[in-house]
Amino acid sequence: MSRVGTIARRTFLIGTAVIAGGVAFGVYAYKREPINPLLKDLGDGQAALTPYVRIDQSGVTIITPRADLGQGVASILAALVAEELDIAWNDIRVDFGSPSAAYYNGIAAAEGLPVPATDSSFKARTTRVVGDAVSKFLGLQITGGSSSVPDAYEKMRIAGAAAREVLLQAAARRTGIPKHQLKTRDGNVITPRGEVLSYASLAAEAAKIEPPQKVRLKPAADWRYLGKPMQRIDIVAKSTGTATFGIDIRMPGMVYATVRANPAIGGGIKGYDASAAAKARGVIAVVPITGGVGVIADNTWRAFKAAELIKCDWGAAPYPPSSAAMFEVVASSFTGERQDSRLKDEGDVEAALQDAGVIEAEYKVPYLAHAPLEPMNAVVQLKDGRLDIWTATQIPLFVVATAAEVSGLAPDNVHLHSLMSGGSFGRRLEDDYVRQAVEIAKAYPGHPIKMTWTREEDMTHDFPRPLGMARMRGAVRDGKVEAYDLKVACPSVTASQIGRLHMPTFGPDIAIVAGAWDQPFRIPHYRVTGYRVPELVPVSSWRSVGASANGFLHNGFLDELIHEAGVDPLKELIRLCWHEPSRKVLEAVGEMSKWGSDVGKDRGRGIAFTLSFGVPVAEVVEVSNTPQGIRIDKVFVAADVGRVLDPTNFENQVQGAVIWGLGHAVNCELTFKDGVAEQTNFHAYEGLRLNQAPTIEVRAIDNGSPIRGIGEPPVPPAAPALANAIFAATGKRIRELPLNKHIDFV
Amino acid sequence: MRLIVNGKTHEVDVEDEMPLLWVLRDVLGVTGPKYGCGIAMCGACTVHVGGEPVRSCSLPVGDVKADVITIEGLGTPAALHAVQKAWVAHQAAQCGYCQSGQIMSAAALLSANDNPSDDDIDQAMSGNLCRCGTYPRIRAAIRAAARELKGRPT
Repeated sequence: MSRVGTIARRTFLIGTAVIAGGVAFGVYAYKREPINPLLKDLGDGQAALTPYVRIDQSGVTIITPRADLGQGVASILAALVAEELDIAWNDIRVDFGSPSAAYYNGIAAAEGLPVPATDSSFKARTTRVVGDAVSKFLGLQITGGSSSVPDAYEKMRIAGAAAREVLLQAAARRTGIPKHQLKTRDGNVITPRGEVLSYASLAAEAAKIEPPQKVRLKPAADWRYLGKPMQRIDIVAKSTGTATFGIDIRMPGMVYATVRANPAIGGGIKGYDASAAAKARGVIAVVPITGGVGVIADNTWRAFKAAELIKCDWGAAPYPPSSAAMFEVVASSFTGERQDSRLKDEGDVEAALQDAGVIEAEYKVPYLAHAPLEPMNAVVQLKDGRLDIWTATQIPLFVVATAAEVSGLAPDNVHLHSLMSGGSFGRRLEDDYVRQAVEIAKAYPGHPIKMTWTREEDMTHDFPRPLGMARMRGAVRDGKVEAYDLKVACPSVTASQIGRLHMPTFGPDIAIVAGAWDQPFRIPHYRVTGYRVPELVPVSSWRSVGASANGFLHNGFLDELIHEAGVDPLKELIRLCWHEPSRKVLEAVGEMSKWGSDVGKDRGRGIAFTLSFGVPVAEVVEVSNTPQGIRIDKVFVAADVGRVLDPTNFENQVQGAVIWGLGHAVNCELTFKDGVAEQTNFHAYEGLRLNQAPTIEVRAIDNGSPIRGIGEPPVPPAAPALANAIFAATGKRIRELPLNKHIDFV
Repeated sequence: MRLIVNGKTHEVDVEDEMPLLWVLRDVLGVTGPKYGCGIAMCGACTVHVGGEPVRSCSLPVGDVKADVITIEGLGTPAALHAVQKAWVAHQAAQCGYCQSGQIMSAAALLSANDNPSDDDIDQAMSGNLCRCGTYPRIRAAIRAAARELKGRPT
């Protein structure tokens, strides 16, 4: 059993409990480097100089062990290695590699820690070191939390530099020329006489040399790739239909499958009648799976059609059947018994809110589906005691463990081939679809099987972003925000998600209050309390996780208080902000948007700020109030991720995250009836389309902060900046998402 | 039945009501067009039939009466179409899953109208969803491709 399998079941602690867990098993015992997984499959003349660099006769392959979900991580991680290893951009080949503990993510757990990103105290830094050690110990190879770049920033450059050093040593041995007289250029070692020795030709000799423990990294001033616009490695393939997603895999003798599982999640199946389906053209087999039924056919469409013909007798959902009933559970969760955290409690909120003139509000946010455009799918083949899986996943080691459990094979006989993903937004942090595919493979061994979900199956079997409510009270005095008491109630993403990975959690779930408790504002009386609603529908991480809701909740009411104080929102946010990088981001967005200038008739400007995943982001949205509805005209974004490694991708990620945040705020919700999601396809879950997309101006602010990821942090401020702009344009304060329940959009 | 795809003639033995998308993907192995929704709401499956952009997920193959061009027939990595060149230059794709359909919609627009206004672009492209939100770059790429197709400097 792999590390994850055995260790996880021995109940080590993850998520919110890393401090206690770290103390329990000690940080320093885990300093040893994990085994390089590339060494086990090497052929003659091949070298694996680090876990990230494989060299053979045909050239260099860089292992980029994070899932590329569209965020371009393969290109950025490859650039980190290529920069130090010195290879030409067009020669870069990447491979997601085999699942391995060596590719642990030391940063992913940080967002779950009860220390704010703005805290640089000794205690906070120690806590983060412990978090890294826990990840390393568990071998947590996870993509998420905008952590791939900060995690890889040093270690993959070091990997490139160490590999280059070994190649130089190999060339020195072969030529007898002292190493310091040798240079490298574009994948070759160059001798003083101008001889060119390709890295590939040195592979066999390099494989015998122990990589150095210490290397010197290039200064940023000497960078060739990093910090400059890069051409994504996959851009030509993705512009010509030649990129291979899991859904595109084809193999000789392949059959096609789909599933129907109970859309009342977890309700199970009492029985089914597949007599009509079994007779349909092209159907090969109908097989039971956990909570549903699988159909194998000779093409995907015939499998889809046959699945529709099956009469299923579903069990009832183990949660309240309707959205209204679920919101009642949320509304009744603001109790001492369900209090989960009070991580911010400054001044004396109760005393400050004794007086008349207390402002109160209640806010609501819905469940949201991930709905990546590529529906869940996996190709599986169980043959001769070996299971192969081709799919995209953010949790490769867990996928292997699940597949081993379902198939009954040893994990060493489970071979996962990781692929790029047609979006994910957190969806592929779950492995339910792999479990189903392996169940089908077990029932029909010996053949490659491509299992594809219909869009309807995908929409009705998501692990959505949880619904939630907030109750706020506040007070203003002398044109200033004086008191802010925020209570947030929602189910725990961490408990739900980590629970499915067979790992326990304890302590508060930071996700319930993320993006609210940790904001860098100094309000005299300021309190944030989280309430844990019992799990209703199983929930999971959705782009920007807890901050996706709390950005709206925290900013929305703060804007109300600022309005009540009768002062300018940007000026008041800057006055309240104690964190200099955050203040600079606010100032920048003010300058970009010409905040304070006349915005025009029937128009409005709104601002919001959220610090999440360590990244302060400020956004200004401009809207027009037209006879047809609200039109979103323009968005300005300033963000500080420290150093930007690829300005083009940075801009693309920010724009995409803003459109994600706006689109879901405008018209998306997942509601439930009879325990089943009512939005089954994109007709009822649209997001923004091109004609609705605003222009988005982006500025990176580098305050010398530690390097951070950008995939998620621009999401949380988008919805509240839009709602605040609508208020500015119309006088209408909307406290519930999606906004189109209360106002029309163009 | 006979189907001409990217200039190649195929005989296929399938139900008339089978959507063109699945004939392309699962029978002919042409996987550039993608399945996203199956109800013509996302546009990932967009191909040209007789030069017109259609949502192949909702077009029964029995109703296909003209030549089919998919993204593979528009251009190749070695010989990019002007729209594809612009997509590369503007780094339009993120996950890339919708982009085959986006590119086919854009190519159809530009073959009918080499100087599209913003409204024309909105009209032609609003049937193609992008969950990653690459719309600003798609818009810029279409403008650049239009300039190139008109022989103006980009």
